[in-house]
Amino acid sequence: MENTGLSLVTVVLFLPMIGFLILLFLREQTQLQTIKYVTLGTSLITFVASLLLWAALDINNPALQMVQRIDWLPQYGISFYVGVDGLSLLLVVLSTFITVIATLASFRTHALEERGRQKLYYLFMLLLEWAMIGVFVVQDMIIFFIFWEITLVPMYFMIGIWGSERRVYAAVKFFLYTMAGSLLMLLAILYVGTAAGTFALPEITAMIQNGTLSFPFDGLFSPQSFLFLGFFIAFAVKVPMWPLHSWLPDAHVQAPTAGSIILAGVLLKMGTYGMLRFCLPMFPEASVAWAPVVGVLAVIGIIYGAWVSYAQTDMKKLVAYSSVSHMGFIVLGIFALNAQGISGSILQMVNHGVSTGGLFLIVGMLYERRHTKEMAAFGGIWTALPVLGGLALLISLSSMGLPGLNGFVGEFTILMGTLGSQSLGFVFALFATTGVILAAVYMLYFYQRVFMGELDKEENRQIEKLHWSEYAALVPLVVAIILIGIQPFIFFQPMDASVGQLVTQMQPFVTSVVQLVP
Amino acid sequence: MGTLPSLESFNLWAALPGISVAVWACILLVIDLFIPKTRKETTAWLAAGGLVFAFVANLLVYNAEVDSFLGMFRADQFTAFFNIVILITAFVSILLSIDYLKRAGIERGEYYVLMLFSSAGMMFMAGANNLIVVFIALELLSIPLYVLAAFRSPEPRSEEAGIKYFILGAFASAFFVYGAALLYGATGTTNLHEVFEQVGRVIGGETTGMFLTLLGSGLVLVGLGFKVAVVPFHMWTPDVYEGAPTPVTTFMSVGAKAGGFAALLRILAIALPMLVLQDGQTNAAWQNVVVLVTTATLILGNFVAIAQTNIKRMLAYSSIAHAGYISMAVAAAGTAGIGNEAIQAALIYIIAYMFTNLGAFAVAMAIEKDDGSGTNLENFVGLGKSRPLLALMMTVFMLSLAGVPPTAGFLGKLFIFQTTLHAGLEWLAIIGVITSVVSAFYYLRIIVNMYLRDGEGDPAAGATERVNWAVYVAFAGTLLVGILPILVTTLTERVTLVANIVP
Repeated sequence: MENTGLSLVTVVLFLPMIGFLILLFLREQTQLQTIKYVTLGTSLITFVASLLLWAALDINNPALQMVQRIDWLPQYGISFYVGVDGLSLLLVVLSTFITVIATLASFRTHALEERGRQKLYYLFMLLLEWAMIGVFVVQDMIIFFIFWEITLVPMYFMIGIWGSERRVYAAVKFFLYTMAGSLLMLLAILYVGTAAGTFALPEITAMIQNGTLSFPFDGLFSPQSFLFLGFFIAFAVKVPMWPLHSWLPDAHVQAPTAGSIILAGVLLKMGTYGMLRFCLPMFPEASVAWAPVVGVLAVIGIIYGAWVSYAQTDMKKLVAYSSVSHMGFIVLGIFALNAQGISGSILQMVNHGVSTGGLFLIVGMLYERRHTKEMAAFGGIWTALPVLGGLALLISLSSMGLPGLNGFVGEFTILMGTLGSQSLGFVFALFATTGVILAAVYMLYFYQRVFMGELDKEENRQIEKLHWSEYAALVPLVVAIILIGIQPFIFFQPMDASVGQLVTQMQPFVTSVVQLVP
Repeated sequence: MGTLPSLESFNLWAALPGISVAVWACILLVIDLFIPKTRKETTAWLAAGGLVFAFVANLLVYNAEVDSFLGMFRADQFTAFFNIVILITAFVSILLSIDYLKRAGIERGEYYVLMLFSSAGMMFMAGANNLIVVFIALELLSIPLYVLAAFRSPEPRSEEAGIKYFILGAFASAFFVYGAALLYGATGTTNLHEVFEQVGRVIGGETTGMFLTLLGSGLVLVGLGFKVAVVPFHMWTPDVYEGAPTPVTTFMSVGAKAGGFAALLRILAIALPMLVLQDGQTNAAWQNVVVLVTTATLILGNFVAIAQTNIKRMLAYSSIAHAGYISMAVAAAGTAGIGNEAIQAALIYIIAYMFTNLGAFAVAMAIEKDDGSGTNLENFVGLGKSRPLLALMMTVFMLSLAGVPPTAGFLGKLFIFQTTLHAGLEWLAIIGVITSVVSAFYYLRIIVNMYLRDGEGDPAAGATERVNWAVYVAFAGTLLVGILPILVTTLTERVTLVANIVP
C-alpha cells in the first residue's frame, strides 16, 4: 500500500508552497499585480490538481488511497503520512476551491490597499491553503496537530492586520480559544500514541478494530471518555459548538472578507472533520455514550444560532451566527452515527462552505461599496445591482435549505439520519427542524432588509457596479450550489464506501453501548 | 592508598572541551593585556575561537563513556550534549556582545574572559560526578556571572543586579554545600555512584541516616533551584535579568540554566533515583517536591509575565516559566523506568529553548538604545513595517516560546508532555498545557505590537541598524529543530544516565 514515488496527495499539498516561494521573490512596490496573479494562479492550479485527486480516487475502495509515508521521527513512531479517502476528499476540494474564491475576493478589498503589506497577505493566503490541505490529508496525529496549529498563524494575522476596528481583540481571542482547545488534544494525542506505539491513525484504528488496543470504557466518565473529550473539545471550539462559540462572531465581524470566507468555508470544517476522523473510530464506545450530550449541545446551537442571528442588525454578525446554527446540523449528523447522518454531514460541510462563503462574499461586496455592515443602511439594492440581487437571492435560499438547492440535500439527509439514529432520535430531529424554519426567517429578513424595498438612499442609488473579479468569485459558488442541489449523487458517490466502512466499524458499539447507557 | 595514580588513568582527554575553555580563558587573560583598548574585539574573536576549538573537541569525544579525574568527572553523551548547548550559547552571546559593549561604552577584554570562565564552569557542572566537583563548578559558573551582571557599572540598575545576584547566589551556594555535607554525612561519600549505593542501603534499613539523606537532598534541591530559577527561588531573576547588560542576560538565561539543570538531573537521576520514603515504593521521594515546585513555577512564571511591560523582565518571567517546563521532565524522571526518556526530553527542550531564547534576546538587543533604555514592549510597535525581517524572526521566536508548531518550542513541549504523561503525572501535564495557553497571550502581545498596531511609537529609533548575524543562527536553529527534529533526537539517543547504574 505504501508507495515510494511521489503521491498525488503530496503534490496537491505542496503546490501552494511553490506559489509561496515564488511570492517571496517578488517585490510589493513594483510587482503587486504579479503577486496577485501568482496567488490566483497557484490556487487555481491547486484546485485543478485536487480535482485530479477526485478523478484518481477509487470510489469503491473505502481505505486510504494515494498514500505516502516518510519517516519523521521513527524512534517515536511519527511519520509524515498522507493519503485521502472518501471522508477527506471533498474537504480537500472544498479547501482549494474556497481559496480560489477568497483570493478573487481579496482583489477588491479596500482594507488591503489601505493597510498595505499586500505581499504578506498573499503569502499568508497560500500558507493557509497549505495548512488546510495538510489538516485534511495527513494521517499521523502529531503532524496533523502541527498543521492544525499552523492554520492559526496566518488567520491570526489576516484578522489582526487587515481586519476592522477591533481586529486585535478578535485576533487574539481567536488564537487563544483555539490554542486552549487544541493543547488538550495534544495531551490526548500523546496518550493515545504512547499507548499504541505509533501515531499513524490508520494503524491505531486497525488495532482498535482487531482488539489489540483498547481504552477502558465503563460509562460517561471513564478513561476512554476523557480521551474522547480531549479531542472533542478541541474540535468543538473550532466548529464552534455552543457554548464555545463566542470567538466566532468577533473573528468573523473583524476579519477581512477573504478571511471570513476561509474561516467559514474551511476552518470551521476542520472541527467537524476531526470528529469524524478521530473521535469516532478511535473512541467508538465513548462516542456512542456521549452522542446524546453532543446532540443536545448541537441542537441548542442550531436554535440559539438561528435565534441570535435574527436579532442582529449587522449583516456580518447575522451570517456569523447563522454559521453556529448550520454547524450544529453537521455535528448532529455526525453523532447520528449512521450512514445517512454522516454522509449528510460531509455534504453539508461542503454546502455550508459554499453558501456561507457566498454570503460573506456578498456582505463584503456591499461593505466595500458603502463602508457599513448595518442592514439599515441598505434597502432596494436589487434595483441598483440586479445581478448581485439575483445571485444573492439564490445563495440566501440555498443557505436556508430550499429544495432543489444544495442546503436542502444536506439538511434533509442529516435529519433523516437523526430520525433513524439509535443514539439520537425523533426528539432531536424535531428540535433541529425548527432550526430550518428559523433559518428561513432570518435569511428572508436579511434579504428583505438589504435587497428589497425602496431604493431610498442616495448613496445606494449610485452604488458601484460589480467588477469582473467579483463575478468570477460569485459565479462558481452559484454553479456549485445548483450542481449539488440537482446532482447530489456526484458528491455522495466518492464518500459512500468510506462512510459505509466507518459505520460498519461503529455498529457493534452503537448496539452494545446504547443498551448500556440509558 | 599510598600509590599515586598514573596520569593516564586521569583520562584528561575526555574532559578536554571543558579544560580547553578554562585554560584558554587563563591564557587570554594574559594576551588581553597586550591588546590595545581600541581593538578589544580581537579578544572577543579569540575567545570565540577558543569556543570553536572546544566545540570540535567536544564532537570528538561525543560518544565517549569514561570517567576522568578518578571518577570525579564523567564524560558521556549527557555531558557532551550540554557542552554543545553551553558552547553555542557562549559563542552567540560573545558575538552579540561585541557590538553591544561598544554601543554601551563598556568594552573591556575581561568581559570575554569572564564569559569563558563561566562557560567552563557550566561545562564542568554538566560532567560532574561528585558533589564537590558540582560545587566547584557551581562557583566557577556563578562568580564570573556576578561580575558580568554588574558590568555596566556605574549604571545603578546594573550594579543592583550584580549585588542582588551575588547575595542570593551566595545563599544558594551555601544551601548546596550544606546539603552536600549532609548527604556526605549520611552516606560517607560524595561520589554520585557511591551515594546511590549507600542510599540503597539506607532505604533497605542496613544503615541509618534516612533523615540526613532527605534533608541533604532537599537542601541540594534548594541550592540548584536558585540557579535554575524555579519558584519559590526565583525572586532574583527579573531584577537581575533587567539590570544586567543584555548579552549577559542572554548568556545566563540559557547557560546558567542549562548548567543548573545538568547538575540537577545528574544528582537526582544518578545519586537519588531510589530515594523512597518506604521500601517498595517505585517513585522517588523527591518527585512530589519537584511536582509541587514545577506547578508553582509554571503558574507564577506565566501569569506574572502577563503583567510585564519591559521585554527583558517579560523574558525573565518567561525563562522562569520555561524552567518550569524543563522541571516537568525532572519530575517525570522520578518515576521508575522513565528516567532516561525524561532526561532526553529535558535535553531536547533545553536545546529548543536555547535557540529560541538566544534569538529573542538578540532581537531585544537590536531594538535597545545605547543607554540601555528602549526595551519596553511599546518599543516594538511598528517594527513589522520598519524592520520586517527582524519582526519576522521575532514572530518565530515568540511562537516558538509559546510552543506553536512547526518551531523548536513546540517540539520541546511535545517531548516534555509525552514523558510527563508516560510518568503518570497527568495533572502536571494538564497544568503545563493550560499555562502554555496563558503564555501564548503575552508572547502574542509582542506580535500584536509589531504587526497589528500601527506605528504610533518610534520603533527602534537610535538602535543599531545592523542586525547581528547571531540572530540568524538562532532563527535557523529554531526552525530547523522544529522541522527536522531528527537532528537533535539522534544526539540524545544514547543518553542513558540511568541504565548505567540500574541494571
